[in-house]
Amino acid sequence: MLIRLAGGRVYDPAHGINGEIRDVWVRDGHIVATPGPDAPIDQTYDLTGRVVMAGAIDMHTHIGGGKLNIARAMLPEDHRRDPRPRTALTRGSCGHAAPGTLATGYRYAEMGYTACFEPAILPVNARQAHLEMGDTPLVDKGGYVMLGSDDFLLRLMASGAEQRLINDYVGWTLNATRCIGIKVVNPGGISAFKFNQRRFELDEAHPFYGVTPRDILRVLSRAVHELGVPHPLHVHSSNLGLPGNYPTTLGTIDAAEGLPIHLTHIQFHSYGAEGDRKFSSAAARIAEKVNSTPNASCDVGQILFGQTVTASGDNMTQHRNAGLASPKKFVVMDIECDAGCGVLPFKYRDQNFVNALQWAIGLEIFLLVDDPWRVFLTTDHPNGAPFTTYPHLIRLLMDKTFRNERLGLIHADAKALSTLASIDREYSLYEIAILTRAAPARLLGIPDIGHLGAGATADITVYRDEPDRERMFTAPEYVFKDGRLVVRDGKVVQVTWGRYHMVAPAYDRGIERRLEEHFARYQTMRADSLRISDDEMAAFGHGGELRTHPCRGGTP
Amino acid sequence: MPAPDRPGVTCPFCGLVCDDLRVGPGTRGLAVTENGCAVAARGFGQVATATTGPRIAGAPATLADAAAAAARLLAAARRPLIGGLGTDVQGARAACRLADQTGGVLDHMNGAGAIRNLLVLQDSGWITTTLSEIRNRCDLLILAGGDITSRFPRFFERTIAAPEALFGGDRQCATVFLGRGPQAGVTLPGPVEVIGCEVAELGQAFGLLRALLAGRPVQATSAAGAPLAVWQGLADRMRAATYGVVAWAAPDFDFPHAELAIQTLCELVKDLNRDTRFSGLPLGGSDGDITVDAVSLWQTGFGLRAAFGAGGPTQDLHQHATARLLASGEADALVWVSSFDPARTPPASTVPTVVLGHAAMTLPAEPAVFIPVGTPGVDHAGHLFRTDRVVALPLAALRGSALPSVAEALDAIGAALEGGR
Ligand code: SF4
Repeated sequence: MLIRLAGGRVYDPAHGINGEIRDVWVRDGHIVATPGPDAPIDQTYDLTGRVVMAGAIDMHTHIGGGKLNIARAMLPEDHRRDPRPRTALTRGSCGHAAPGTLATGYRYAEMGYTACFEPAILPVNARQAHLEMGDTPLVDKGGYVMLGSDDFLLRLMASGAEQRLINDYVGWTLNATRCIGIKVVNPGGISAFKFNQRRFELDEAHPFYGVTPRDILRVLSRAVHELGVPHPLHVHSSNLGLPGNYPTTLGTIDAAEGLPIHLTHIQFHSYGAEGDRKFSSAAARIAEKVNSTPNASCDVGQILFGQTVTASGDNMTQHRNAGLASPKKFVVMDIECDAGCGVLPFKYRDQNFVNALQWAIGLEIFLLVDDPWRVFLTTDHPNGAPFTTYPHLIRLLMDKTFRNERLGLIHADAKALSTLASIDREYSLYEIAILTRAAPARLLGIPDIGHLGAGATADITVYRDEPDRERMFTAPEYVFKDGRLVVRDGKVVQVTWGRYHMVAPAYDRGIERRLEEHFARYQTMRADSLRISDDEMAAFGHGGELRTHPCRGGTP
Repeated sequence: MPAPDRPGVTCPFCGLVCDDLRVGPGTRGLAVTENGCAVAARGFGQVATATTGPRIAGAPATLADAAAAAARLLAAARRPLIGGLGTDVQGARAACRLADQTGGVLDHMNGAGAIRNLLVLQDSGWITTTLSEIRNRCDLLILAGGDITSRFPRFFERTIAAPEALFGGDRQCATVFLGRGPQAGVTLPGPVEVIGCEVAELGQAFGLLRALLAGRPVQATSAAGAPLAVWQGLADRMRAATYGVVAWAAPDFDFPHAELAIQTLCELVKDLNRDTRFSGLPLGGSDGDITVDAVSLWQTGFGLRAAFGAGGPTQDLHQHATARLLASGEADALVWVSSFDPARTPPASTVPTVVLGHAAMTLPAEPAVFIPVGTPGVDHAGHLFRTDRVVALPLAALRGSALPSVAEALDAIGAALEGGR
């Protein structure tokens, strides 16, 4: 089956292609070089005047796992307002801020996304996360497994264990839980909260183990690096949301000691404490730090106004903010000497000073970080806003007039404190293609997605080139997944299940005996029960392919 | 084929889903040889009668014919109820698919108890914990509603009575029973107090505890049949606990508006967390109730008592109750699923019924269609969620079995429906 996508304007930053008119050829699910003139073409799409990009990749979106299901359970009102009725092709599902997995997959694909990565998988909850992602149609999936407040690691560190042992544990965890990266959330803080600590500073000793968040960041970033895992340590820093937290964020970047580090939803960590309200933007300082630290990358976690739900592993922060829940309800959990979670519905309001400034801070970061390869387009779905707001966010980045109009509508004091109006930068389509395609694929170490070169998986999105970029990115004309047309004019026309991306670094199996013993003595399940098999993954994912990506240094 | 004796078996017979059993061949069925309990022994000891096959109106039939008969019955129905739902993750996935396909309603045989917690979760939320946290941290365990070991036999053994804890060997957990005290033979490591009280009036007591903890003036001299001084003593202990936990099993809260009592309890736990750490533990998960709720939730946005129709899924925790749907005639067909326990037979009703039942099930009345199904974790592999809604454990096939799984049987019905249209 040979398909010719003819004459579109192609944006493929991985190959430096910036809006050239050219053909893209697809054979049997892959992109191929231009075939000879005699090759029989099965199908041609005339894409004159259209914009062609690889399928978009969301590298940080909470789409599966326990806390999202708690959010779903808590928000019947959210679902009622946003039903997605069954069609001949698709099943009934619903939800706006915490949609069902079926609605999630359909809607992502309908926006031109073809891969999504769940950023907070608790080891003990990994099976559920994979079950949920398995039931998310159309997009590829993968996840980052959370360490850093688990008693096994903290005990190892407190006992002065060598880095080698920590690497083995991290390697075992990635293999057992079928993930592609390591996440740390409020390092040590989730554990400290279980000891009734309510704040946990970067250089503060853990109340029981004595180790500091900085120590945890150092050993985990080293483990990820030494295991050769392509995705850098994915960090949700300490002190999320606290006024004046930006020095913690700067310190967190330094804690990696020059090794690769990814700071997630950095907007929530870029706050000063200046002004009458003791809340100000530190976006410029944060952006300057990212600009001058080549080993650092970030995603923004932009907030957008409206109802959403915040769902995080950071139970300490979520409990602190519980009084801000809207509607007034929340769930906080301590989980299995492994981690925790907190879920609270939240409504961001443009006339609320803090929310308005948060909105401006996120945009300032987008516009002040120079290198589009090191800043990623996220709302930390659903924490800053549901993923369905991405087209609106893209327009804010691409259209200065529109942005300034919006700025005019927010709380006047917040507007006055923001430098946003003075920033002229507008993102180009090429840069948007970097943020949402080329860069995430590169940061994840997945060689065959996020670009349109020969050999790539044929995940391709075709847009009408509309001046209203929000409209343009809301409903692509065509979306191809593995070379198959799955979306036409923003509606699903075929359902597939996507594949699964993970890594399996080599480690010394000696760690398994220690783990079995630890679990037998202290936990309520066997360590072996944590391990998810290939058969399970295949059953969870409707038979979708499992793809294990290589780690540096020749391990599988 | 005789099953070999194997360690590390995961038990599907209550919401604790213990994964440390040793199970081998028994005189009838399988025998638990290590780490079991009476409920597990009974569950594994059930014999899947090999001669039992599908039936249509009592007459032997093939699976394909039985599925086709069930499909005809469902095709003729306006609003089928897919109930019972004693099944695992795969069975729940298939049930959701079939409910969507037929415009049906999903409820669970434990729904009446489960919704008492779900109503609280939807309305105000809670602060909760999980089994391993209790095992290692808990220094005050309160059992609201009294002893829960008849429903969760190894609860103490696997939590506070475990020999070791992470944070110091001298950890001693005090236990307070509100209601029935511990069963004979249950030994607990620390001091035990039994506050004999009326479970149906516990809501009052929780309200009183909230007032006492807040230092508000209190008029009452007693609550739930226990004097004020007892509650004052408990309030003081709760405040002083380093990591207190209150556990309850919603089926024990079997009185009108029990969700309000549970809600007051959850708000009490939230109050305590202003200054100390304290958590709730809603116990459930037996017969796959938490599993089915979780699967339906993640796929569709709505858990138990979801209904499917032209406008998309909806949910009504009161209206979509099995008993009401059957009594009112709103449900005009019933698919009853019960793969763990042969005693959980469908409720009496006049609507045409398809039973996907444990092979050892004897039914009070012959249904339109009966399909014997395997038990997950015995006859076929599967997955089950534990009481804490966090841990999902794999279940293994322990014996060769020709019985279809619930998922296979439901998918066969779904395929027959598809083909018949
Ligand atoms: S306590 Fe429950 S899960 Fe554990 S062995 Fe007994 S029945 Fe099985």
